[in-house]
Amino acid sequence: MTIDTILLALIDGVSYGGLLFLVALGLTFIFGVVHVLNVAHGSLYAFGGYAAASMGIWFAQGEDSLFLSLLALVAGAAIVGLVLGYTLMLLLRRFRDRDPVIQLLVTFGAFMILEDIQMMIWGARPYFVSDIMYQMGSTELMNVVFMNYQFWFIPAVALGVYFGLRWFLKHSLKGHQIIAVTHDREVATALGVNAGRISLLTFIIGATLGALGGALASPTTSLVPGVGAEMIVLSFAVVATAGLGQVTGALIVALAIGIARSASIYMMPQFEVVMPYLIMMGVLLVRPQGLFTVAQARRI
Amino acid sequence: MNKNTLYIVIGALGLFALSSYQDWLRVPFIMGMIYGIAALGVVVLLRAGQVSFGHAMYIMVSAYAVGLISREFPQVDGVVLVVLGTMVSLVFGMILALFLVRYRGIFFGMLNLAISMVLFTVVSKLYGLTGGTDGMQIARPSLLGMDLGRNHYEFVLLGTLLTLGVVLIIATQKYFKSSAGEAMAAIKTNEDRLEYLGVSAKKLMWQGYAISAGLCGLSGAFYGLSQGIVAPEMGYWLKSGELVFISILGGSVHAIGAFIAALMFEFVKMYASSIMGGSWQLILGVTLIAIIYFIPEGLTSLFSKKRHGNEELESNEATSTVKKTKEAEEVRS
Repeated sequence: MTIDTILLALIDGVSYGGLLFLVALGLTFIFGVVHVLNVAHGSLYAFGGYAAASMGIWFAQGEDSLFLSLLALVAGAAIVGLVLGYTLMLLLRRFRDRDPVIQLLVTFGAFMILEDIQMMIWGARPYFVSDIMYQMGSTELMNVVFMNYQFWFIPAVALGVYFGLRWFLKHSLKGHQIIAVTHDREVATALGVNAGRISLLTFIIGATLGALGGALASPTTSLVPGVGAEMIVLSFAVVATAGLGQVTGALIVALAIGIARSASIYMMPQFEVVMPYLIMMGVLLVRPQGLFTVAQARRI
Repeated sequence: MNKNTLYIVIGALGLFALSSYQDWLRVPFIMGMIYGIAALGVVVLLRAGQVSFGHAMYIMVSAYAVGLISREFPQVDGVVLVVLGTMVSLVFGMILALFLVRYRGIFFGMLNLAISMVLFTVVSKLYGLTGGTDGMQIARPSLLGMDLGRNHYEFVLLGTLLTLGVVLIIATQKYFKSSAGEAMAAIKTNEDRLEYLGVSAKKLMWQGYAISAGLCGLSGAFYGLSQGIVAPEMGYWLKSGELVFISILGGSVHAIGAFIAALMFEFVKMYASSIMGGSWQLILGVTLIAIIYFIPEGLTSLFSKKRHGNEELESNEATSTVKKTKEAEEVRS
């Protein structure tokens, strides 16, 4: 194992961890409002990816314009986040007073429906739009060439989202309201917060984050049916390992899982897929409530 | 024999009669019963408020055990295979339960999911032993010393499954009404109070988990025998999700719910794939969401509200079966 390999594994891992963090963060956010793990989040990821790829094919491919490529990614994620997030929230709202198990099932049903809609729209053919990777160029570090897109762009977006959200939650009125509603909906309502609107906002932010994860992943992987199902279990693993509602925890765990995964790709490829689950099992064995959960954790 | 049992037996006989009248019903009935047994296992945990997103792994483990044993020892009888397959899953579940009983809610569900994903991957990668993602063929074994042709074999399987279904419904219902079963339901309501009464929730959960793993194992053994092939896909988390779906659809009021829901699931799936081709999941999802919207407590809650509801139970089942038969006939023609 040379220094090159370690470097490669590290960069790959960080970029993958960044994507994972975005999706898991969205999941945690949505959990804050509906108090249920949203299985359909995997579809948001897949739809985000497909939408970004379609946008790219539509107006950015062959144009040789970084701006258009970026616009395609962002527009794809935003449209999917808004439309699907809104629809899902409307659906879940009908089941708000039901048993959490029922709500979980509704998201599972939504996932099944969305999987097929995705097949209807985009078919089973793999999509791959990677213009942006070349437009961003590459960096050479210790004789290894890295694509800038993975080298700094994805980690930068992930960090940007992390700090942006932290600032938003701690220093803006809407952010305070989101914290209040996820912490205790009734009390927040009693204090005059429009809980319905705030939940919708939170849900849409979460959905957009999931879609953004997919959109950012689309240039680096080819999109095939089933990507959603794979991603959702991974982000479940991140959320459960970090502890529910832990934003910083999700970042750390997503990075750890990303790095462990890419390290295992280089060292023992047959363990690549099981790595996240092994980490999760190990953590939960020692800390049954997740790594970063404190007593009476604040859910967000 | 009380009234309920009588109706259940009549229902089972009705299904059997229908399947001998209409040949094409046999396979969906077999699959429905197989999923029903597994869903019953999930219901056991559901009553304690715990949702496992990994129970399909017990189906997979048992089916692979059946496959491996029958490959190494082709002479082994089908009955022995079922017993051995179930035992493997049961023991596996008992061991996992030792530490899984410490977890509740999302952590319980996610740990089951994690274990099943690890298992899924391992089975997919061990190409030499399991045939990898292509799956593993399971030759049709003899049943009680008889070598049967395909038709007879399916008949015997369906007959056994229906008999087993009746026995399991009665037995599980007994368990639900026993003190252990009632205490299990109390885990959902208030675990602390249960502990204050001097009952160990962990012990109960261990017991319940072992029962559910055993039931899923039984279902898996029959799955292997009836399908003649098992692939890692069977243990993927989506399958576990389907099991949870079926069991919630059936509701945890009565054990028969799991079977009614499973049969329904199988027929909706069949009907949907015949009109939508590859997009059956879409129809299935819409149907299921509609059902949970209108019948929040599951199918069995429809009958439990009225005192003499059991009559309705049978007639409902009968009419729905008839309806589905008609629908399916239309599709065929």
